[in-house]
Amino acid sequence: MQDDLVLRVIGKILIPYILLFAVYVQFHGDFGPGGGFQAGVIFATGIVFYALIFGLQQARAVISDGFVEAMLAAGVLLYAGIGVAGLLLGGNYLDYFVLSSDPIHGQHRGIFWVELGVAITVCGVMIKIFYMFASHGDGGEHRQ
Amino acid sequence: MSISAHLPVLQVVLPLISAPLAVLLRHGGFAAAIVTTGAWAAFAAAIGLWLQVAESGTLSYHIGNWAPPWGIEYRVDRLTSFVLLLVSGTAAIVLPWSRASIEREIPQELHYLYYAMFGLCLAGLLGITITGDAFNIFVFLEISSLATYVLIAMGRDRRALTAAYRYLIMGSIGATFIVIGIGFLYLMTGTLNLADMAVRLREVENTRPVLVALAFLTVGISLKLALFPLHQWLPNAYTYAPSAVTAFLAATATKVSVYVLIRFYYSIFGESLVFEQLPLPQIMLVLSLLAMFIASFIAIFQDNLKLLFAYSSIGQIGYITLGLSFGSVTGLTGSIVHLLNHGIAKAAIFLLIGGLVLGLTRPGTTPVVPGFDRLAGLSKKMPLTCIGIVIAGLSLIGVPGTAGFISKWYLILAALEQGQFWLVGAIVLSSLLAVAYVWRFVEVAYFSPPPASSTDIKEAPFSLLAPAWLLVIATLWFGLDTSFSIGAASDAARQLLKTGS
Amino acid sequence: MTHFTYMATVFLMVAGLYIVIARGNLIKKLIGLSILQSSVFLLYVAPGKLLGGTAPILSPEFSLYSNPLPHVLILTAIVVGVATLALGLAITVRIREAYGTIEEDEIVALDQDDFHDRPENQS
Repeated sequence: MQDDLVLRVIGKILIPYILLFAVYVQFHGDFGPGGGFQAGVIFATGIVFYALIFGLQQARAVISDGFVEAMLAAGVLLYAGIGVAGLLLGGNYLDYFVLSSDPIHGQHRGIFWVELGVAITVCGVMIKIFYMFASHGDGGEHRQ
Repeated sequence: MSISAHLPVLQVVLPLISAPLAVLLRHGGFAAAIVTTGAWAAFAAAIGLWLQVAESGTLSYHIGNWAPPWGIEYRVDRLTSFVLLLVSGTAAIVLPWSRASIEREIPQELHYLYYAMFGLCLAGLLGITITGDAFNIFVFLEISSLATYVLIAMGRDRRALTAAYRYLIMGSIGATFIVIGIGFLYLMTGTLNLADMAVRLREVENTRPVLVALAFLTVGISLKLALFPLHQWLPNAYTYAPSAVTAFLAATATKVSVYVLIRFYYSIFGESLVFEQLPLPQIMLVLSLLAMFIASFIAIFQDNLKLLFAYSSIGQIGYITLGLSFGSVTGLTGSIVHLLNHGIAKAAIFLLIGGLVLGLTRPGTTPVVPGFDRLAGLSKKMPLTCIGIVIAGLSLIGVPGTAGFISKWYLILAALEQGQFWLVGAIVLSSLLAVAYVWRFVEVAYFSPPPASSTDIKEAPFSLLAPAWLLVIATLWFGLDTSFSIGAASDAARQLLKTGS
Repeated sequence: MTHFTYMATVFLMVAGLYIVIARGNLIKKLIGLSILQSSVFLLYVAPGKLLGGTAPILSPEFSLYSNPLPHVLILTAIVVGVATLALGLAITVRIREAYGTIEEDEIVALDQDDFHDRPENQS
């Protein structure tokens, strides 16, 4: 689809806004529909859109396979890490009350980082699934 | 922060963290080291929890420091710590064993993913056991199930893929039924915390939604535990999965589902509803007898050694649910102790069969199918492996001196207590069927002449034999010294029957 | 039509189960599974909306709030459903590579043939 002028132009205009919208949805999960999972999916959609218009190789150059797998694992580790941070600071696992001097702010912080971990993992998963299914036509070197 | 106060959560978190670390490290060797460390740490935590529960009674841990019933609670009582020991112990033994085995069975570049999935599966199974929140059971159940589907699909044979697909469909239907049951319970009681639910359920016990919830939960959990008519996924899944995966699953996946069933029946619904007002004991009795006889009978005619022992597993699960159907302390003790005894015996058998397959496979080729034509005269070339399979097989039959005898003894005692003498005959008769299929292996391995082309077969390497023989010796140990297994099981049974209504 | 959502739930549940059992195409089975799981989402969320209840944001003018907990539970269940679907599709792709077909009866037939010529198949 690289030769289609309309798609290329619209893509270049819209994709940054899609990514920005994903970041907006991520941070406004407490006040409206949103949160980590939704934000991760919207961000991945932006990347998929880019891959569809400009080609899979281009998308791989921007976000490589290794980076995507690292994102997958890093998000889970971030979530588990917040839990361990709660343990180290004297509370129970995933205790947000101890994460800051004021328990309410502790809740804010805990939810913020945990949702970020969820968003990173979900984004990684969606992009990985897309890469896997999209590259299946050529040679099928990806087995898993 | 003292570690012993946080053991309940570390039990799940340590294997759970080892999985993404394995993905990040990418290299097979490092991934193996991290996940094995996680499994051993989980085993140490399980031992720690066992000692704590023995000393101070039921433990309760509040995740996020939210008091139950608003927050998720991890609750460890006698039965919980018993099952935790079984699951983490099996993982601690199978993981070092699997290093040599998956060299042949899984392509090198996927090794780190195998370990990551194993870590996730272990964390999921431990989580199901330890949690005290109904929806949390569902979440951990799905974590462990999805990891299991991936592990099974890693088998070399293409039938591993169809086996994984069928298990995915049936397992997801089972999990969906479980969540429907939990949904009805939530609608009727307004809480998800198991202990709180048990209290609130007393008022609404005989309403239709609660009975529907019981029905959906029973069917969903029975799908996961491969109770007789719902067992279709098990034979192929155990046969075509990689050997280490089969050994781990045979000892843990169905046993944890039995734990969930026992927890729902005794601690939440209460024996008066389940066993006295509803015909559940009779239904379970019929299905258990069908499982014991039909599955053992089918096992006799199988040609593939792994398929034979997979059908044998379905029969043995019948014994476990038979013990449940009595509703008495003796019956429940027999069920719980058979969780341990069968788990150890089957894990030993599948580990030894894995070693057997490796010994039969010429280096550089795909692992062979352990069909009976290849096993002729194997006892001369692989003596330790064969005698190990025979001893574990004796435990499946229930020969005195092996662990299997202890569980069948308690089942027979429970039947005698209730005056059901014909049931004693049924248990003995089905054990004779087990004799038939173990004898098939003995006859082929010991009394058939080896084929001419078998000159280059050697015994399996020590790293493969040692963990498997550890389990074989455990089978003999628990058959002779039952203080741990029966002590734990009867304490757990008494605690469950006391706290239920 | 007071119990409309419950009737829809039951219809979806049974339709999903029927598709899983009655259709032989592997992808259609996965679609049936997804429909079954959607019925569960409806089962949880619909009773959460209390008659006369407002959105669960604390405010002095309102005293009756709808229950936000089922929504949280269903978010988790939706993610689980998506993961199951993705895994099922990935396994289907590999089955297609290995067998050349995604119809269950053809796969069973191919496995039967495998069974009959197994000694030749082994290296």
